[in-house]
Amino acid sequence: MSLDGTVGAAPAHPTAPHSRPSALANLLRLRELPVILALVVLVAVTAALNPLFLSEQGIKDLLLNATILMILAVGQTLVIITRNIDLSVGSILGLVAFGTGSIFVAAPNLPIIAVFVLGMLFGAVLGALNGLLITIAKVPALVITLGTLYIFRGVNNAWAGGTQYFAGDRPEAFGNLSVDTVLGFPVITLIAVVVVAIVAVYMLGTRPGRDLYAIGSDPDAARLFGIPVTRRVLLAFVVNGLLAGLAGVLYASRFNSVGATTGSGLELDVVAAAVVGGVAIFGGSGTVVGAAIGALLLTTITSALTALRVDKFWQQAIVGILILAAVVIDRLASVRAARKLRMLEARNV
Amino acid sequence: MSDPSRSRTAVDPDQGPPDPPAKGKRMAAPGTRTSEEKSTRRPAAGKADTTRVLAVPKGRTGAARILLGRDAIMIYVLVVVVLYASLVIPRFASPVTVGFLLLDVIPTLLIALPMTLVIISGEIDLSVASIAGLTSALMGVLWQGGMPIALVLVICVLAGLVAGAFNGVLIAYLGLPSLAVTIGTLALFRGLALVVIGDNAVANFPPGLTSFFTSKIGGTGIPTVMVGVVVLIVAFAVVLHFTPFGRGLFALGYSKEAATFVGIDVARSKFLLYLATGTVSAFAGIYWTLRYSSARSDNASGLELAVIAAVLLGGVSIFGGKGSIPGVLAGVLLIGTINYALKLDRVSEVVLIIVTGSLLILSVVAPNIAAAVQRARHARQVRAAPLP
Repeated sequence: MSLDGTVGAAPAHPTAPHSRPSALANLLRLRELPVILALVVLVAVTAALNPLFLSEQGIKDLLLNATILMILAVGQTLVIITRNIDLSVGSILGLVAFGTGSIFVAAPNLPIIAVFVLGMLFGAVLGALNGLLITIAKVPALVITLGTLYIFRGVNNAWAGGTQYFAGDRPEAFGNLSVDTVLGFPVITLIAVVVVAIVAVYMLGTRPGRDLYAIGSDPDAARLFGIPVTRRVLLAFVVNGLLAGLAGVLYASRFNSVGATTGSGLELDVVAAAVVGGVAIFGGSGTVVGAAIGALLLTTITSALTALRVDKFWQQAIVGILILAAVVIDRLASVRAARKLRMLEARNV
Repeated sequence: MSDPSRSRTAVDPDQGPPDPPAKGKRMAAPGTRTSEEKSTRRPAAGKADTTRVLAVPKGRTGAARILLGRDAIMIYVLVVVVLYASLVIPRFASPVTVGFLLLDVIPTLLIALPMTLVIISGEIDLSVASIAGLTSALMGVLWQGGMPIALVLVICVLAGLVAGAFNGVLIAYLGLPSLAVTIGTLALFRGLALVVIGDNAVANFPPGLTSFFTSKIGGTGIPTVMVGVVVLIVAFAVVLHFTPFGRGLFALGYSKEAATFVGIDVARSKFLLYLATGTVSAFAGIYWTLRYSSARSDNASGLELAVIAAVLLGGVSIFGGKGSIPGVLAGVLLIGTINYALKLDRVSEVVLIIVTGSLLILSVVAPNIAAAVQRARHARQVRAAPLP
């Protein structure tokens, strides 16, 4: 593995160039393919039945709705790839969103960029808390983040009490981030896209990024190989916290009010988005782009059902079926991959 | 540690220096028959030369093991908390407390039973609260549709059974990861609850039935339904701790492959566990509906995490293979008691989840720190021990 930009293009088996699959085969084996197809079909069918769905305003709404879940799903993907999970993201988002509201009330003249930095730092600290507990005490992430889900939410409740901050409490320029568009894209969606792009490149082309996959595939082997597992896992949690913090700040911009219950219950949606986007729940495979598309798919379903005048109560059931379908597809893919590997090994012997 | 090695290490340190015959075998010339015969007659002693453990972490046995185990500690903590609350917090020690506390913890307590078995076998079920919600919604709609209540209850339990079977087939027979599957069914079953009842609420259940569910046994304050809950507790405890099936679950949690090799039907065991979680979740849904006398789609939402928190606090390992019903009971009651006591002490209910979360983290971090300390001591002993 080298640090130059060619890592992604290097064949997996340099000694056997004949086994290198064609571009089409590569495309068909793409883990993100099912979710991309599902999204395309969903949008196409909905747009065919209700042309308003793809109007300028319609697209803008779709993107706006997906933004926050997208950012959270990217962070969650980093954690899941290392064979961990972070259930506390909803609570982190809530705390940061409420914190953002408080900052604007306490210091109305603070530049918006400073508020973003503070929010992300706050999220990163909370993520680091998770990461430290998990890596130092060597306790499963599911348990620790379930605990911090409650603790962060409790702190949020204690802090906020009955207080809520509304749109009027924040500067207009901040709220406009979710209204203004550049080239047809809402500003906060562009922020999300930039985040996805940066993290995707980081995961694809840098050593720490590749290390995360190695850790998720086999933590013991990764340790033997000399990868600083503890530091990398900690990094994943800190980045996840940072992104949850960013999502929290954007939440405060996008929605009318933030209070004690902001973001509660979001954690399972986030994990669902990642799973639907082809991220294996036991780590080692999946991409942030897939997770982001998964998030887009989950939020688009809600709008599509409304546009199709399907009973809104069906929405959650359909999300459930989608998750199950993603899990089954992932299973089929891994069974196929295992069979192929076996055949390949048999031929090499 | 397996049995043979344990018995060897238990005997050897008492014997002092390694046996002369063993040493003789290595040093004597190849022709000396006598020493070789001796050593073959005593294979254990011959081996002890190389495999002797220098410092043995002493495992507790008998009464000490039970009285100092993880479960016992949870129960002591529970007793201390109850005593402390009774002494310090006014109005805590009363039948009213017993009644409301138990009524509050029953749903968690019920679902915690099968959840314990599921987690011990190395899996997880996040869909329990959604199954309870689906049952509740179904109950409301069927009752409003004019069906006799007995039939409604039977159908609800069957619905829970089917929901559990659905999870079970996907996880046990198709081999899909339970975490991902039950996140999916968490959304699916809650979604179906919404489809069934929408945003309506049904409240006009037979008054006799709803008052039965909140009634108490005499003046003790113990809810009447606790009788049924206790029967279930005993049943699950017996199944887990005293039947081959239950013992097999621990084996399953340690290693699926090993469990398969000793003849445990892994798929069938897991399937049965998910049937159990589905059915008991349906009980919890029915209880929830009648206790609050309201059938809504969002009943019991979020309960899955509370249940898992209580089960893990009760000493069940998230990796599987470890845990017990008494420990889990103590865990559930501990969370319930602390919350109730703090509520009486005027701590806001929404802030109380900090306590639940901290307890959960403390309960998993503390044993690990204790284990690290013990390992360090063990390592020191090994270094200090003279080489043979």
